[in-house]
Amino acid sequence: MSARDDILGTVRRSLKRGGLTAEQEAPLLARLARPQAGPIPARSAGRDRRGLVELFDSQACEVHATVARVASLADVPAAIGDYLARQNLPAEMTAAPDKLLDGIPWDRRPLLRLKRGKPDPADAVGLSAAFAGIAETGTLMLISGAHSPSTLNFLPDTHVVVLPAARLVGPLEEAWKRLRAATGAMKLAGAAMPRTVNFITGPSRSADIELTLQLGAHGPRRLHIVVVEDDAVA
Amino acid sequence: MLTTSPAFKDNAHRALGDPVLQRALALLKTGFHERRQRAVDRLPEFDALRDAAKAIKDHTLAHLDWYLERFEVNCRAAGGQVHWCRTPEEARQTVLALCRRFNARTATKGKTMIAEEIGLNEFLEENGVEPVETDLGEYIIQLRHEAPSHIIAPAIHLTRTEVAETFRAAHTDLDPARPLDEPRALVAEARARLRQRFLDADVGITGANFLIAETGSSVIVTNEGNGDLTQLLPKAHIVLASLEKVVPTAEDLAVILRVLARSATGQDMSVYTTVSTGPKRPSDLDGPGEYHVVLLDNGRSELLGSEFQEILRCIRCGACMNNCPVYGAIGGHAYGWVYPGPMGAVLTPALIGIEHAGHLPNASTFCGKCESVCTMHIPLPKLMRHWREREYERKLSPRTMRAGLKLWAFLAKRPALYHALTGFAAKLLAALGRRHGSFYNLPLAGGWTATREMPAPQGKTFREQWRERQHNAGTAR
Ligand code: SF4
Repeated sequence: MSARDDILGTVRRSLKRGGLTAEQEAPLLARLARPQAGPIPARSAGRDRRGLVELFDSQACEVHATVARVASLADVPAAIGDYLARQNLPAEMTAAPDKLLDGIPWDRRPLLRLKRGKPDPADAVGLSAAFAGIAETGTLMLISGAHSPSTLNFLPDTHVVVLPAARLVGPLEEAWKRLRAATGAMKLAGAAMPRTVNFITGPSRSADIELTLQLGAHGPRRLHIVVVEDDAVA
Repeated sequence: MLTTSPAFKDNAHRALGDPVLQRALALLKTGFHERRQRAVDRLPEFDALRDAAKAIKDHTLAHLDWYLERFEVNCRAAGGQVHWCRTPEEARQTVLALCRRFNARTATKGKTMIAEEIGLNEFLEENGVEPVETDLGEYIIQLRHEAPSHIIAPAIHLTRTEVAETFRAAHTDLDPARPLDEPRALVAEARARLRQRFLDADVGITGANFLIAETGSSVIVTNEGNGDLTQLLPKAHIVLASLEKVVPTAEDLAVILRVLARSATGQDMSVYTTVSTGPKRPSDLDGPGEYHVVLLDNGRSELLGSEFQEILRCIRCGACMNNCPVYGAIGGHAYGWVYPGPMGAVLTPALIGIEHAGHLPNASTFCGKCESVCTMHIPLPKLMRHWREREYERKLSPRTMRAGLKLWAFLAKRPALYHALTGFAAKLLAALGRRHGSFYNLPLAGGWTATREMPAPQGKTFREQWRERQHNAGTAR
């Protein structure tokens, strides 16, 4: 008997039944077809967009990310240029070949140099666009694809992420909903699911030595989030 | 991994007398359980979420065959492969065959308890594949050829001084005079060291905190980001997961994530929660070319439907050990195998046999703290008691203990005799212990008095005192 059949057989024997009948299967199929949310913390409930920005900002700062809020896409180059200068970092970034990022008027900050594509190991600063922001915990959601290499989230020492306020949601469940809607399939199976979905809450850290917090264990030491408050940017 | 669980008593004894370990363990209080408490206090819905998380796991376990089949179908649909393995040996061979297929000379590894469970590192080394641990704590203990002593903080038994010594001994090409006094310097050195290993690895191996049946994905939850570099850079991503890791949907995952990080490290969310589904897609710019899930049973299917089923709800948050007085006194290594603390005391006998791990369920004060903090409401003391019963039934407990229990049972059934004897013993001990108030040495109780003092009784038994109080209360009324 194959290991697979053997294991499934033992599971069924232990549960004192055979395989499920069609009748027993029906509620399970329904549960998978229409996933239901569990209890959702009130922390992020009933907030308008401004309220979500406030919550996201404070939660992200609590986990040692830094947040800059700008009015429109046109303000992004200056915000990022200033940030890099303040941190004494080179004005050089490897950027995801993303539509939102391509729409930013980078020429407003001529000294900022951008390279599009996936990062080389030595690249110091990575630039991504978030698929969603989760206000409840100050978490970014990034998904892999032709427009967004996942290694960009981990290799460079500094990660800068642009997040339109319109992409902010309250709880994690709403972020899944956005992904379900974006893929056009309620079911996230197979090709509908991106290869890698990263939920990122603050910069990399370790407490493995004497339980003392150290930032920048393997992933980025710094996570800087630029929230674009212009409602027209989606 | 080889077990030293049968030597639990000696292990524990050594641990109690180890000043370095004792200093490290003192950190558990501020480092773990106070942080957990703060995070829990900040979330009014914590208990409701805990109940919901338990219900999700109970539901999944009751239909485990069905959800595993769903997981397999959806994993395949995304281009992944599932390898079912009954035993550690089957799992080791599967991983080795995959490594060989990619001509792998090195395999980077994210944190995986299943790899420890199946003794993967030694096996790969013997077969010419170098495993490289990338989680900082795991990296440190790999250099020291030690086993993890905690499921969340594998190197918690070490202080910074020992880590610095380890790095100096291992990284001999670096300036021997470099300063390594601060954890910051140690983290930076490990980071620089491991960067190249990530880039060179042929295969990346991670564990899985969860599998999602709906999507066919595996999920890892980390703070360092090492698990991500491990899976994104090499040609293949191999996931090691045991059967009970599966949850039905992405929404179910959201519920459990809210209780996991808070219980484990006191964070609202761990830094990186990564959901991986299949290999890289044709248009993707990076990611592994192949994706394999090694699904290990190793006796878990037999636990279903037994009195131990509830341990399969465990999400490895570590709260039970962080709050356990026994773990806090002796650390994780004394338990002698992969899983320490209360959850280990229940799981280890199930995985390696009660005949090898009988001491573990006995290493409990039955204070109930583990059950009260357990994220998944697992009745750990009750399950330990079940093991004790099994051990007794199978006549595995020591003869003196069995004789003692028999004697006690004989007396307990004869109250008058019990009363007379205990009354006499209490008076005798009180008279003997009057001077110090406690005993440093007592015949027949050396196991107790070797590391503790035995308080001398006050001269009367509980039953005598009770009767007197009842009597006094009666006359006062
Ligand atoms: S037994 Fe409970 S507290 Fe212990 S690790 Fe498992 S889920 Fe966490």
